[in-house]
Amino acid sequence: MLAAPAMAFVALLITFPLAWTLYLSLTDASGSIRSSHDFIGLENYAEILTDTDRFWPAVARTAIFTGGAMLVEMVLGMLIALLLWRPFRGQGFVRVIILLPLVATPVAVGMMWRLIFEPSIGFANQFLSWFGIPAQPWLAGEATALPTLIFVDIWQWTPMVVLILLAGLTSLSDEPDEAARVDGANAWQRFWYVTFPLVMPTFITAILLRGIDALKTFDILYATKGKGGGSFHEVETLNVYAYGLSFDYQKYGESSAVLIVFFMMIIGCIWILTIRKKKSAL
Amino acid sequence: MTSTATSLIRTTSPVQRRRRRGLGYKSFRTIALLVVALSFLAPVVWMLLASFKTNVDIYNSEAAFVFTPTLKNYDTVFQQADYIQYIWNSFFVAAVATALSLVLAVPAAYSMSRFVMKKSAVLVLLARVIPGVSLLVPWYFVFANMRIVGTYTPLVLSHMFVSLPLILYIMMSFFDSLPEELEEQAQVDGLTPIGAFWRITLPLSVPGIATASILSFIFSWNNFMFALVLSGASTKTLPVAIFDFVGYASIDWGGLMAAAVVVTIPIMIIALFTQKYIVSGLTAGATKG
Repeated sequence: MLAAPAMAFVALLITFPLAWTLYLSLTDASGSIRSSHDFIGLENYAEILTDTDRFWPAVARTAIFTGGAMLVEMVLGMLIALLLWRPFRGQGFVRVIILLPLVATPVAVGMMWRLIFEPSIGFANQFLSWFGIPAQPWLAGEATALPTLIFVDIWQWTPMVVLILLAGLTSLSDEPDEAARVDGANAWQRFWYVTFPLVMPTFITAILLRGIDALKTFDILYATKGKGGGSFHEVETLNVYAYGLSFDYQKYGESSAVLIVFFMMIIGCIWILTIRKKKSAL
Repeated sequence: MTSTATSLIRTTSPVQRRRRRGLGYKSFRTIALLVVALSFLAPVVWMLLASFKTNVDIYNSEAAFVFTPTLKNYDTVFQQADYIQYIWNSFFVAAVATALSLVLAVPAAYSMSRFVMKKSAVLVLLARVIPGVSLLVPWYFVFANMRIVGTYTPLVLSHMFVSLPLILYIMMSFFDSLPEELEEQAQVDGLTPIGAFWRITLPLSVPGIATASILSFIFSWNNFMFALVLSGASTKTLPVAIFDFVGYASIDWGGLMAAAVVVTIPIMIIALFTQKYIVSGLTAGATKG
């Protein structure tokens, strides 16, 4: 009974928009939001699913962005968590620094990296020049923009993975590790055969949380490359694409269809991951 | 002989064991940690430095670290653009959204945790999974038809949508960790269930509520997408206001960096003083697997 108001609020804010998005995806709603629209069945879906110009490249970019960011974040996050696991002097200091990217405003982070990656005046190219490496176009280049933004995502969100894994590691008991040590296992063997399997449920939780957020990334992409993900749509993911369709081009029907497909893809990924998680728990 | 050796290893204290790992690992770890700390800190320092530079110095690589600091950029931010107003907008929206969400979410989290309502918890997960844009389109339709786009109401409501599930999630795992016996004892002593919640559980929940409020405030402060569509000229929040700097013909990098510092620094200072709560909030429920 205590939950009723909150549930009603969340339900109202979720089910109503979802239902409306579903409905809009079956109409030709566009232009002014007060203009009338007609029911056109699955036409929007047919259109986007055959659109190899914007839609499918956006799906591919979403997958590359999420997959790339997550892969590096999980590996780096695990390494940093292991570094921070055992107590040492100055631990508090390092933890505070690791917290900074997490709380920094994503738009500001986008702007900060935009200056650093600016081809002619940015620090990134200056840094490369110290090692005699030629200047890169970074965010300005069609091929380099997406990898550069994956890098920015890694900078901002690896700390999240570190914190979650660190919480998982500290909750482990020391005994299995000790037993393996007594049996003569080296550091790598102890990690791979003892610690990692034990921390696996936490690892998958981190993948889930990070994956969901990476799929939905909007702020940094839109802040650095603007509408349509740059002039060649080089960083246009599904989220940026749907946003542009709705609020820059007022094609509400089509963008709703994109969002429904996107939503189903997310649910699909989570479904697969949760099955994996149940299996690993056995 | 071997058995003595084994027992020796077994009886060494953790401190001794760590010492035996030797200097090699220790110095490797120190260097690795330095690299990690530097990679997370350096970009922020760079932004901070640039915000005190003239645009001439920003374009001059010789002046990377040695330059005459100027407050001109901050002057631009506060004089030319109405940043005091934007700071207030961000603060007001984040604070009201957090407060309202707390009122709704704390009792809800309590009952979900105590009466194990797994189905309703799924709804909370759903709220995290849905891409914000898919909510924004219908909201925009409704709010525009009510002619309230550009007022605080749609901003607060949309930000509540971020904070409410967050608070619900954090508080649920907090209540899960709070022993139920305390309330049962209180009820044996004659309190009603609501009374037990109000007089016993709620005072004990202050750390959890602090965690939830801080995180909710931070996420609301940082939110960009909802305000980008739903705010008006006078209700613009800071992240959207920064974006305005880019719209100008050529980017005023100094001004842009000062604006970025203005939005980031308050939240970083809050984070420094409340890091314990932030960490426990971000990792709430994560280790339960």
